[in-house]
Amino acid sequence: MGNIGPIIVLALIAAGLVWLLLRALKGQEVDRRVIFAFILVSVAAPLLMPVTFKAKPTPIVRALFDAIDELPEGSRVLLSFDFDPPMSPEVQPMADVITRHVLAKKHQAICMTLWATGQAQFNITMNDVIKTDFPNLVEGVDWVNMGYKAGNEGVLNVIRTDFKKMFPTDANSIPFDSIPILRGVRSCGDFDLIISLGGGRPGLKEWVLFVGDPTGVPIGAGVAAVVAPQLYPYYPRQLVGLLGGVKGASEYESHFRDNYEQYRDMPTPAMVMMGPQTVAHIVIMAFIVIGNVLFFLARRKEGQS
Amino acid sequence: MKQQFPRLLVLVFGAFLLFQFFMPHEKSEWLYEYLLDWIIIIGIFALAIGIWSLIRVHVDKIKNKKIGWQYSYVTLAGLVGFIVFGFTIRNGAEWGWYFPFVLSVVGMFLMIIQAMASRAKVAMFAGLAGVFALTALLIGIFDKAFSFHFATSEGLQAYMFVHSFDFILIPIFATMFSLLAFFIASAAYRAFRARSIMATLLLLSAIIVMLRFNPYLEPVFGSYISQTSSWLMNVPNLAAQRAIVMGVGLGIVATGLKVILGIERKYMG
Repeated sequence: MGNIGPIIVLALIAAGLVWLLLRALKGQEVDRRVIFAFILVSVAAPLLMPVTFKAKPTPIVRALFDAIDELPEGSRVLLSFDFDPPMSPEVQPMADVITRHVLAKKHQAICMTLWATGQAQFNITMNDVIKTDFPNLVEGVDWVNMGYKAGNEGVLNVIRTDFKKMFPTDANSIPFDSIPILRGVRSCGDFDLIISLGGGRPGLKEWVLFVGDPTGVPIGAGVAAVVAPQLYPYYPRQLVGLLGGVKGASEYESHFRDNYEQYRDMPTPAMVMMGPQTVAHIVIMAFIVIGNVLFFLARRKEGQS
Repeated sequence: MKQQFPRLLVLVFGAFLLFQFFMPHEKSEWLYEYLLDWIIIIGIFALAIGIWSLIRVHVDKIKNKKIGWQYSYVTLAGLVGFIVFGFTIRNGAEWGWYFPFVLSVVGMFLMIIQAMASRAKVAMFAGLAGVFALTALLIGIFDKAFSFHFATSEGLQAYMFVHSFDFILIPIFATMFSLLAFFIASAAYRAFRARSIMATLLLLSAIIVMLRFNPYLEPVFGSYISQTSSWLMNVPNLAAQRAIVMGVGLGIVATGLKVILGIERKYMG
């Protein structure tokens, strides 16, 4: 009964598309504003009446999940928040669920950013995940925020051999040597896993080129969908796993929830966002079909004349 | 000399960094890291130049009344506003004279801009900038409702900074990005047509990859779509991407050598 609203909306969208197809068969073009209206409804309706699906993880997503899951307790995981507000709807859910997974496995989370805006994005994860789900964890002991450092690849080149040189203090100005979680960390080679969250430059590619390959530390990532196809070549040799866009994030959320009973009720923004994305994709595909019907009809007419 | 000296610097440092990669000696590593410090310092100077450049561009826009010149005031006010929000923190529950202070700082900055952009009444705008500056200074000194902080962690806890970021910046960028959905749909309808064999292949591939993302259709197609889509991504897409990556890599090597050897000189302007 709870799904009646979305079913009615989907039925209305389907009926509208069939009507447009019938019009197309008569050779009538679809106005741009009609397309916009369909996209508006197909995105807004699933947001207002959320429907979530259980997403089965693809091997590349599962590989990242397993890489975190199989690390022994207390492993050092470096999380780099290299993204900004435009990427936030896609990448923030990944950042949240991966951070939650890292801390749920009792690993040590060392967080940093190569983007000035990444610091504020980390704050969202800190408030929504670390301080909410893990109130007993102590900053500096179980997790630490190293903050932002300017210098792009330059920063990576330095921390590859000397982490302290680039981060003499954490974001709260606490000296490196006074932070318990960083005891024994000299360079990036002392981390057990590095996860880059972003999709721009500097980002995953730079982490692989300047840190992953030279040090041999495994690298995983969560990136915006638009850049994911460019990064597939790095998997599986240079990347342990990759989440691409909302789809990757939703698969990870679903898989994490299935494997960690205590987080069954956690927020799953990516799974919620899959609804609008899915319906919008169906509508776009329908319009492609309608466009091609019109194209072939026009070509047949040209052939006849 | 003006041409040769920069070219000599590029040759020396370029050649050094090229060979340094193959010399894992302690001293070579030290020199390399020392040069990296320079890059970071130069990058920070570039930030200052970037802000100055932004101001100059908008002053020019206002001065010559170019299309949309009014929005330049919004851009510049936003620039100063965000900086003020980042450096000031409310001390208790009261706001005190915080907002008059912010308005005074923004007003001072805009008056300076107006003085730079004006052909007349420069003194008047400069005087107004002084009045705003004095107001801001007096509020800053005597109002204890807020204080100044220059550490990253403190700035990130600043109420106005955090709320401006979370409730203005993120929604604005998300909105701009999400508008793409409308244009993509319209463009797909108009452009994605099976005009030739190649266009048909592209069209089919796109539809299969889009279908993969679709949980509604999984019960209908089973794992066939998922498998075909994975094959498309892992075989043709990967082959093309690898070719592009290798091509770009070779291009970078060629361009780097041309710059080091002084054949390519466009970077000098």
